[in-house]
Amino acid sequence: MLDFFYKNRGQILSLTIEHLWLVGIAIGIAVIVGVPLGIVVSRSAWLRRPVLGGANVLQTIPNLALFGLLLPVPWLGARAGRLAIVALVFYALLPIVRNTFTGIIGINPAVKEAAIGMGMTDRELLTHVELPLGAPFILAGIRIATVTAVGVATIAAAVGAGGLGELIFRGVAMVNDQLILAGAIPAALLAIIADVVLGAIENRLRVPRS
Amino acid sequence: MSSSDRSSKSAAVIEFREVTYEVGNQQLLADVSFSVAAGDTLVLLGRSGAGKTTALKLINRLLTPTRGEVIVNGRSTTSGDPIQLRRSIGWVIQESGLFPHYSVEKNIGLVPQLEHWPAQRVRTRVTELMQLLGLDATLRTRYPHQLSGGQRQRVGVGRALAADPHILLMDEPFGALDPITRAELQKEFASLQQRLRKTVVMVTHDVREALLLGARIALFEAGRLVGVFSREEFARSQDAHVREYMAPFRDAALPI
Repeated sequence: MLDFFYKNRGQILSLTIEHLWLVGIAIGIAVIVGVPLGIVVSRSAWLRRPVLGGANVLQTIPNLALFGLLLPVPWLGARAGRLAIVALVFYALLPIVRNTFTGIIGINPAVKEAAIGMGMTDRELLTHVELPLGAPFILAGIRIATVTAVGVATIAAAVGAGGLGELIFRGVAMVNDQLILAGAIPAALLAIIADVVLGAIENRLRVPRS
Repeated sequence: MSSSDRSSKSAAVIEFREVTYEVGNQQLLADVSFSVAAGDTLVLLGRSGAGKTTALKLINRLLTPTRGEVIVNGRSTTSGDPIQLRRSIGWVIQESGLFPHYSVEKNIGLVPQLEHWPAQRVRTRVTELMQLLGLDATLRTRYPHQLSGGQRQRVGVGRALAADPHILLMDEPFGALDPITRAELQKEFASLQQRLRKTVVMVTHDVREALLLGARIALFEAGRLVGVFSREEFARSQDAHVREYMAPFRDAALPI
C-alpha cells in the first residue's frame, strides 16, 4: 500500500493540490458572498426567510444531482472546474450565512444597546461589536463549510473537474482498492487538517460574550 | 465641563413637551411634560413598566415620540443627526453593557476614538477618568470579565464620561450590584456629581437611591407622570402614589 503511494506520489500530490485549489476558491467565494448575506439577514427580518430558506434548499440537493443539473447551464457547463466551484459554493453558503446570522443575533442585547446608545453608526456597530463578537461563530461556519467542501469536491471528478475524486472514480471503475484509498486517504486527511486548523483559530477568537 | 456657553445656569437642557409614546396600540408614555435644568440631577422613579426607561430612551433618540417633542439643548431630538446627539450624551446602563472583547482602556476610550481624537489624548483621558473613578491603574489592560461588578460599573461610568458630555443618562446604573457596593458607588457618584455638575437623568425603582441622588424626583405610574418633586416635597407629599413609596420610611424599623 505504502509502496503504491510512493510510486504514484507525483500524481497524488498534484491531484491533492488541485483538490485544495477547488475547495479554496469555492470557500473564498462563499465567504465573500455568505458573510455579507448573513449580516443583511441579521438586519432584515423580511429577507431572513427567503435567504436562509434558499440556502437550505441548495443544501438538500444531492451532490451528484447538482453537478448534473449544472452541466447544461451555458457558461457554467463550458468548464468543469468552473462548474465544480459553483456547486461547492452552493453547499458552502448555508453554514456560513446561518452562522454569521446566529453569531450576530446572539450578541448580548445590553452590549448592543450600549453601543447604539453611545452613538455608534451601523458600520461601527458592525466592526466594533458584531463582527468581533460573532467571529467564533462565523469561523465555525467556515470550518463546517470547508470540511464539507473537501468531501463534496471528490464528486467533482464525475464531471471531469479533477481533484482526488479522480483516483476514487478510477478505482471504483477498475475495482482497485489501492486506487480508491489513494484518493480517499488524502481527502480524509485534508478534511481533518482543515477541521483542526480552523478549529484552533476559532478558539483563539473566542471571547466571553457576557 | 464648558457649560459656560449655556446662557444661564437654570436654562432647561432637556425638555419633554406633551410627549406620548406608543407601540402598536399600547401607550407606554402618555402626555408627559417636564424639564431638566443644567447641572441638575433628575431621578425618574417608578415601578417596572411605568415608562421611566422609555422616557430615558427618548432623550438620546433610541426611541422617538409618537406625539409631542423632546428638546435637548434647544433642539428637537428628531431634527438633527441621531449619532451626533448620542455622542454628546453619556449613556450608562445596568450591567454596564461593557464590550467583553475590549480592555478597560479600550472600553473607556471608545467614544473619543470614534470621534477621532489623537491616540495620545485618548490615553491621557483614560488615565484621568480611571483616577477620577477610583480605578487602579493596573486594571487598564484587564477585560470586563476579570472585573468585579462594582469595577465594571465604574468603567461603564468612565466610558459614558469619556468625551465629556454635558448630559448623562443612567438606566438603573447600580441596580445589579450587591447592597454594600451599591451604597459605596451611590456615595461616590453623589460626590462626583458635586464636582462635575453634569445634567443627569437617572432611572431607578429604588426610593432610597432617588432620595440620595436626585435633586428632583419625577414619579411615573403606568405611563403617566404623577409629578416632579424636590427631595423635601417628595418626603412630605400627600399624593397617594408618593405616600406608597414613602411608607417604608415612616416605619421606625427602617431608618432613612
